[in-house]
Amino acid sequence: MTTKKTILIVDDDQDYLYQLKARVESFGFQTLLAESQKEAEELIVKTKPDLAILDLMMENEDSGFILCYKMKKRYPEVPIIIATGVAAETGISFDINDENNRKWIKADLFLEKGIRKEKLKEEIDNLLIKMNS
Amino acid sequence: MSTLKILVIDDEPGIRSGISRILRNFRVDYPFMEEAFDFEVQEASTGEAGIELIETDKPDILLLDNKLPGIQGVEVLEYIRKKQMNIIVVMITSYASLELAVKATSDGAYDFIPKPFTPQELKSSIENITKRVFLKKMTNKLQETGKQIRFQFLSVLSHELKAPLNSIEGYLQMIRERQAGPQLESYDYMVDRMLERIKGMRTLILDLLDLTKVTSGKGTRDIREINLVDIAHTAIDTMRPYSIQKDIKLNLHGDDVVKIMADNEEMEIIFNNLISNAIKYNKEGGTVDCTIRGDGNCVEVLVEDTGIGINPEDLTKIFVDFVRIRSEKSRNITGSGLGLAIVKKLIDTYKGTIEVTSQPDTGSKFKVKLPIEKPCS
Repeated sequence: MTTKKTILIVDDDQDYLYQLKARVESFGFQTLLAESQKEAEELIVKTKPDLAILDLMMENEDSGFILCYKMKKRYPEVPIIIATGVAAETGISFDINDENNRKWIKADLFLEKGIRKEKLKEEIDNLLIKMNS
Repeated sequence: MSTLKILVIDDEPGIRSGISRILRNFRVDYPFMEEAFDFEVQEASTGEAGIELIETDKPDILLLDNKLPGIQGVEVLEYIRKKQMNIIVVMITSYASLELAVKATSDGAYDFIPKPFTPQELKSSIENITKRVFLKKMTNKLQETGKQIRFQFLSVLSHELKAPLNSIEGYLQMIRERQAGPQLESYDYMVDRMLERIKGMRTLILDLLDLTKVTSGKGTRDIREINLVDIAHTAIDTMRPYSIQKDIKLNLHGDDVVKIMADNEEMEIIFNNLISNAIKYNKEGGTVDCTIRGDGNCVEVLVEDTGIGINPEDLTKIFVDFVRIRSEKSRNITGSGLGLAIVKKLIDTYKGTIEVTSQPDTGSKFKVKLPIEKPCS
């Protein structure tokens, strides 16, 4: 028997949080929710999730990065997905494929919000497998 | 007027005091850029003392002799280069060591001044350097502010516009997949949330229209004498339905007639925003007090509420585009984050001021001051 893995979801958009929670739970995971960087920081002191999905822009436009940095410091092995609604099409989004940026933002994966359900499941599974291997 | 800090490192007291004297009343002007520089000179007689001053006082320009009693000028140069400090270094050197000066230039010195030099030679050299410092400052500033503003506005705008669409789309997909089962009522929450998000998006679009009116600043402005108390009445009447919903009392105090030269629509935007905020961020059963007074020169408008208040650290942020203070208390309040930014921009165009004082959990007070006769163009 396997225990359910816990996924931390942090997003300041309560609707996105609600929807992602429903989706992730439909994959068979448990969820842990936070609506702000601050709330999440308090949460990770007490609980260690198996994976985290973080929104990029919350209280600050780089809340996701900061949270990611703090999480990696505390739990280096927990994979982190940064989900962002800022599309590359605006031409001003952070270039997440840039080597230099990747070096300091230690997220394991960047995803556009609005990614298909199947794709999201696949990415989460991949990251969890990678972590356990 | 900006002041550039110059540090002179030279072991000859005569050179140091000479430079100080020459530059004491020297000014470099860029009238077309509305910028002028004067200079503050500091002196050090050794490289060691110089490095200490470099660390503590961060000079903009360093005039550096190479032949020093302790460590040599080139070593000071090396120190600056290693620490990647933003200092323009000019070697002061005798003709005999020109070769060294040339080498120093390739090691990061910007220029060299051969000794002995006339006051005019020193001044023209400093003028050149100032131009360079100035241009560098300007480019940095332009890049920073330009990039910053564009980045912030566009990224936040696209975020704010896409978020409600994504949310509505997400709920619609959940409904299409019948994720909450066959009972229609199970979807009530989702439908309510969708309606709420649509409402928010509409507010955002209306606010954006207001904002473009303000920032383009052209055309339709119609400045005439108006009675601000009438505007306040209109705003209060418009907001009445919301205040009744939240059981909030709306009171208007002060003078009956307060005349001002202004655009009607712009004043409405200011009042609507301030009063609707005072309702939105109020508590059930609270009060909004609006007071308008004129003293012949100046109009003072106070909008006070008994609401959730604003934390001291957030007070400076609230007038910035798209900033919404997020907290547990405000999470269910929709807003575009543009209202106060628009209000501030409008008040600026009238050369007025807006101030806020607030006590968390007790209420906020916005004080607007507007000149009665518009002094600006």
